[in-house]
Amino acid sequence: MASLRNDPYAALLSSPLGKRVVDSLGLPQPTKLRRYAVDAPVLDGAALIGGLGEDTPIADRAKALLETEGVEIGDPFDTLPVAAVIVDLTAMAGPADLERLRAVVAPSLKRLTSSGRVIVVGRPWESARTVEQAAAHRALVGATKSIAKELRAGATANLVLVAERAEDNVEATLRFLLSGRSAYVSGQVIEVGGTGNGDSLLLPDDWTQPLAGKVAVVTGAARGIGAAIAEVLARDGATIVAVDIPAAGQALAGVANRLHGTALQADVTAADTGERIVDHCHLRHGRLDIVVHNAGITRDKLLANTDEARWASVLDVNLLSILRMNEAILGEGGISDHGHLVLVSSIAGIAGNRGQTSYGASKSGVIGLTQALSRDSAVQARGITVNAVAPGFIETEMTGSIPFATREVGRRLNSLQQGGLPIDVAETVAWFSQDANAGVTGQVVRVCGQSLIGA
Amino acid sequence: MSSDFPRKVAILGGNRVPFARSGGAYAAASNADLFTTTLDGLIARFGLAGEQLGDVVAGAVLKHSRDWNLVRECILGTALDPRTPAFDLQQACGTGLEAAIVVANKIALGQIDSGIAGGTDTASDAPMSLSDGLRGVLLALNRAKTPAQRAAALATFRPAYLSPQVPANVEPRTGMSMGDHMAITAKEWGITREAQDELAVASHHNLAAAYDRGFFDDLVTPYLGLTRDANLRPDSSVEKLAKLSPVFGKGDGATMTAGNSTPLTDGASAVLMGSESWAAAHNLTPLAWFVDAQTAAVDYVNGRDGLLTAPVFAVPELLARQGMSLQDFDFYEIHEAFASTVLTTLAAWGERRVLP
Repeated sequence: MASLRNDPYAALLSSPLGKRVVDSLGLPQPTKLRRYAVDAPVLDGAALIGGLGEDTPIADRAKALLETEGVEIGDPFDTLPVAAVIVDLTAMAGPADLERLRAVVAPSLKRLTSSGRVIVVGRPWESARTVEQAAAHRALVGATKSIAKELRAGATANLVLVAERAEDNVEATLRFLLSGRSAYVSGQVIEVGGTGNGDSLLLPDDWTQPLAGKVAVVTGAARGIGAAIAEVLARDGATIVAVDIPAAGQALAGVANRLHGTALQADVTAADTGERIVDHCHLRHGRLDIVVHNAGITRDKLLANTDEARWASVLDVNLLSILRMNEAILGEGGISDHGHLVLVSSIAGIAGNRGQTSYGASKSGVIGLTQALSRDSAVQARGITVNAVAPGFIETEMTGSIPFATREVGRRLNSLQQGGLPIDVAETVAWFSQDANAGVTGQVVRVCGQSLIGA
Repeated sequence: MSSDFPRKVAILGGNRVPFARSGGAYAAASNADLFTTTLDGLIARFGLAGEQLGDVVAGAVLKHSRDWNLVRECILGTALDPRTPAFDLQQACGTGLEAAIVVANKIALGQIDSGIAGGTDTASDAPMSLSDGLRGVLLALNRAKTPAQRAAALATFRPAYLSPQVPANVEPRTGMSMGDHMAITAKEWGITREAQDELAVASHHNLAAAYDRGFFDDLVTPYLGLTRDANLRPDSSVEKLAKLSPVFGKGDGATMTAGNSTPLTDGASAVLMGSESWAAAHNLTPLAWFVDAQTAAVDYVNGRDGLLTAPVFAVPELLARQGMSLQDFDFYEIHEAFASTVLTTLAAWGERRVLP
């Protein structure tokens, strides 16, 4: 209900009169998104599965997964509603094969239920064998993003590019995209590769507890998105070490106590914070598996009016602190092999934002850091994944203070016609944190409802 | 009794809220609010949410009558297992210390494995009570059975009964405040104004420096917008303090000013203690061991002892029992409201004037 309270437009829509007004004016009508619940099915309806040719490794795996979960596989030739359509085009050799995308997806769109899913699967075009093949697989990006924009009623479309011999690593991503965990993720391209060190990845005994036995650190955990991340990681089985500045100690204690974790009051910019985090995790919890670098600040001002101190504070908290803490976290006795680092970037780091030059710089830097670190040979050899999430318009206290008109633009200018919730960001972070997802590294996934900004 | 006892008692960690000047940041907070916040910060720091502890012992000096089960009520408001027992105790300035002794002794004797000791006090939210006169009228009215009896009870009412009883900051038997008592002691011991001001300034500077280097980062839970002690004056100097007029004691020899005395303060603090095995099972490293404690009282009413000089008598007894000397310690904490108390205590220990 938090979203309704902050979102008077959604509140208006929930009244009969408001609905009539909105209908007659042709205004956008956001749908209540299907979100994850521990006891909810992976998919709340049948799934259509299609593919190109005989060799459809991902379609086969999707089918097996859905059968395990008791999800009905729909008939491509009838007209009954479907909750998802998955099309495996990994075998495409050239642009002519793209017809298969149309042939499978086009008839299914009218059958797609509210919060339905379109999942397109291809191969990374950079490793294509021929120019034709590269062109065809790259074409899936534009196609999928367009489908995502065509969809209505909370439905999403995403593209998964699966590297050869990494087909077994796709299950966590398929589950993420099919389920309510990816409610606010649309128009995204996710690459699934091999594990950094070639080990086969570990699937959880229980998919509702994919982080069981893990110890996770979340910085900036006292409120907003950080608190939601801590909550979702705990829900998925992790023990939480909640970190925030000493001044946020009371709210931090509330988060840590609610999740039966521990609170560590520390400023991420202090020289010894990385070591304190590592020591705390090992002394108190015996290990460290997941680190979510979420702490961040804004000091918005036009660049023309930004002085050195203002500029430095944003870059120090949002970017330099991560590099500093990573020295201890990735050092001897730090994070476990097969651990996961998740960084929180922002749509402002992709699109830029007037008055947010320092913030945009820091969040764009986070993307560079993520991509370079994920390719670092030592990090790869240890099987550690490094990924970033880039939130779009998320309903928080921070966005609640944006002036109404600006807020409405941010909130509606996306394919889902609504703002996301902190839990949407948290779900993506939790998916990045799964051992079962060890094939996904160096990725930047936007949680923005396919915002037009920076797309 | 099994020879396993007494066993070692570990001091595992502590927490407090920043201390506020009375009537300041915590003006609208109760003793329970302050202590619950302090406990929840401690629980979060040590990962105790959902844990059932052996006992929680704490108290307050200024208590409302409704707070008859203050600490237990606080526990029910925290993240601890609601089956954690708790009780209140009260020993004026020694309330928190006495609570720690009780918890330590229970752990040492194997009655509990873990516990929290603490204290909370707000002079802002001080209790007030009805005057004895008004209470008399109301109680008589309650007992009355006939209209005539009721009328008779009401007839005893006097307007003056309406003024409430506000707790006075004075000793009931002497009618003097702690500060005025201390002023007498300071004069007797020849504690100079300069020495008091120097100690007060050093205390402010050391506390400010400790905050600046992050010493309190994991020792304090901010509350109601306060992140540092409101009484802290980092820019205090001997020159500034020298300008203040004495507020306690009278005449030429008066040395105690608002600068070298602590104002009335609101706050709460708590310490986590446990047996060695409980600490190990919770992956907690003991910071120190609780070895012994000694309480003393002095005859400040008719005798020649100063009101705040009990530690002068307690410590030598403690040392004698343990076969130790003051030189065996790395740290001493002399916790008192006035610089002159600390200096008097040090002088008395140094001169061994109080040793038998």
